[in-house]
Amino acid sequence: MAGESDRRADLEVDRARGSRLVSSLRSGGDSRRSVAIALLSTVVFFVAVGVAITHAPGWPEVRSQFFNWGEFKATFPEVARAFLLNVKIFSIAEVLILAFALFLAVLRSLPGPVFFPLRMLAIVYADLFRGIPTILVIAMLGFGAPALGLSYIPKSVTFWGIVSLVLIYSAYVSEVYRAGIESIHPSQEAAARSLGLSHGQTLRRVILPQAVRRVIPPLLNDFIGLQKDTALVGTLGAIEAFQQSQIDTNATFNFTAYLSAAVLFVAITIPLARFTDWLILRDRRRRVAGGTA
Amino acid sequence: MSALTVERLTKSFGKHVVLRGVDLEVAEHEVIALIGASGSGKSTLLRCINLLEAIDDGRIFLGDREITGARDVNAVRRRIGIVFQSFNLFPHMNVMRNVTLAPRDVLGLSKPEAETRAVDLLERFGLADKRLEFPDRLSGGQQQRVAIVRALAMRPELMLFDEVTSALDPELVAEVLQVIGELAEGGMTMVLATHEMSFARDIANRVCFLDEGRILEVGTPEEIFTRPREARTQQFLERIIKARRLSF
Repeated sequence: MAGESDRRADLEVDRARGSRLVSSLRSGGDSRRSVAIALLSTVVFFVAVGVAITHAPGWPEVRSQFFNWGEFKATFPEVARAFLLNVKIFSIAEVLILAFALFLAVLRSLPGPVFFPLRMLAIVYADLFRGIPTILVIAMLGFGAPALGLSYIPKSVTFWGIVSLVLIYSAYVSEVYRAGIESIHPSQEAAARSLGLSHGQTLRRVILPQAVRRVIPPLLNDFIGLQKDTALVGTLGAIEAFQQSQIDTNATFNFTAYLSAAVLFVAITIPLARFTDWLILRDRRRRVAGGTA
Repeated sequence: MSALTVERLTKSFGKHVVLRGVDLEVAEHEVIALIGASGSGKSTLLRCINLLEAIDDGRIFLGDREITGARDVNAVRRRIGIVFQSFNLFPHMNVMRNVTLAPRDVLGLSKPEAETRAVDLLERFGLADKRLEFPDRLSGGQQQRVAIVRALAMRPELMLFDEVTSALDPELVAEVLQVIGELAEGGMTMVLATHEMSFARDIANRVCFLDEGRILEVGTPEEIFTRPREARTQQFLERIIKARRLSF
């Protein structure tokens, strides 16, 4: 672990270098010249694409159907309100996934022949829920579970949507955790066990804190996927951003409402994607600087 | 009474037999040096004593209690300290946390008790000012000394050292050997696998030469280093002298 001052130094380096986009340009020789070339080629590229699109015969039609400013202004507040349901769904799901996936990963790491059935169960689970398309699980649970007519289980489609997402994403995230656990050198376990710590104590105090730190970037990556997949809960009839834009579109025969939804999703996922990249970069830089893994 | 007794210990990894019936008795306060070529079984013997490896056959006694087949391996490991070649400090914890983890979690000491114990030991080995550092900010020699302190904080009856200076830069070896020397003077019972022949000669009461999974020769340092009986021991020591690891 690097100290606080080191971390601050990292930030300084980041600021000094400017954005990664620009620094990646500089790798090819004379910096000012390559920035200029990059700028020029970017402008040329986008102007060419823009001209091609706006001169297409169907463009006026497409613009009024998909990029209609008036429609955008009209639908955005409604879609944004519906998007709060997406936020609620992924916020609740993410917390549950973090816990449930960790439980699955720990099950799979249990040693000895006694725990073979539990290990096998965890493996079968991960294989199964990574294999079934998300939309199928959501449909089966969302339509199937309430249809059972049992009084003590919730009928809310949002509830079953969250359950489905938790079941599926926990399978992925448990694999991420497992990769993290396996990346910790066995000598760490030997050191902990030799001090008299039990398997559980070793896992809790020594292995997991290191493993979790290592897998934060791939874990966030899975959460980017999850945040988009909340739109699938709309197929059950929950009025989330996608479903709301569907309703607007059906009412006006104008598809700009989809654009409102897309803008909202991107507004949430892009910062998370950038943050994830920043974490990876920081991690790599620290490992290079620190030397010890 | 002997502190440690190993009887006919055998251990293999798959088809590869590493230990072929090792017998060893260590008296209380005795320092035993295990010497021998790489692959002769020194490290495996230490790991078996600490129950980090399951043995195939034989028996191990700590004091008069048999520990092979012990139901509570954690209780056994509590009484034996081991220090590894590669330090194996916990990188996500500072020095203090590394040292107090096991006393608190395993022995159930309170935080102040564990910290007092840790500070005493860290001061004794010149590491008091490193309490709040993380392992990657320490030199190899400092890391290894912390690893020794971490093991000592459990107040073990027996200390095992597995080539603890092999991964160190030459100029850092002395500070670690000095710590082990102090422990020997303090009467700690120790078994150390080592390539530092001069050190083994100075510190050990007895030296065991391991060869292909057997203890081929046991004797005082004087006997082993100046008039070894076995031809294999002589060959080994000649190679060592050529490599300038032992001088007379």
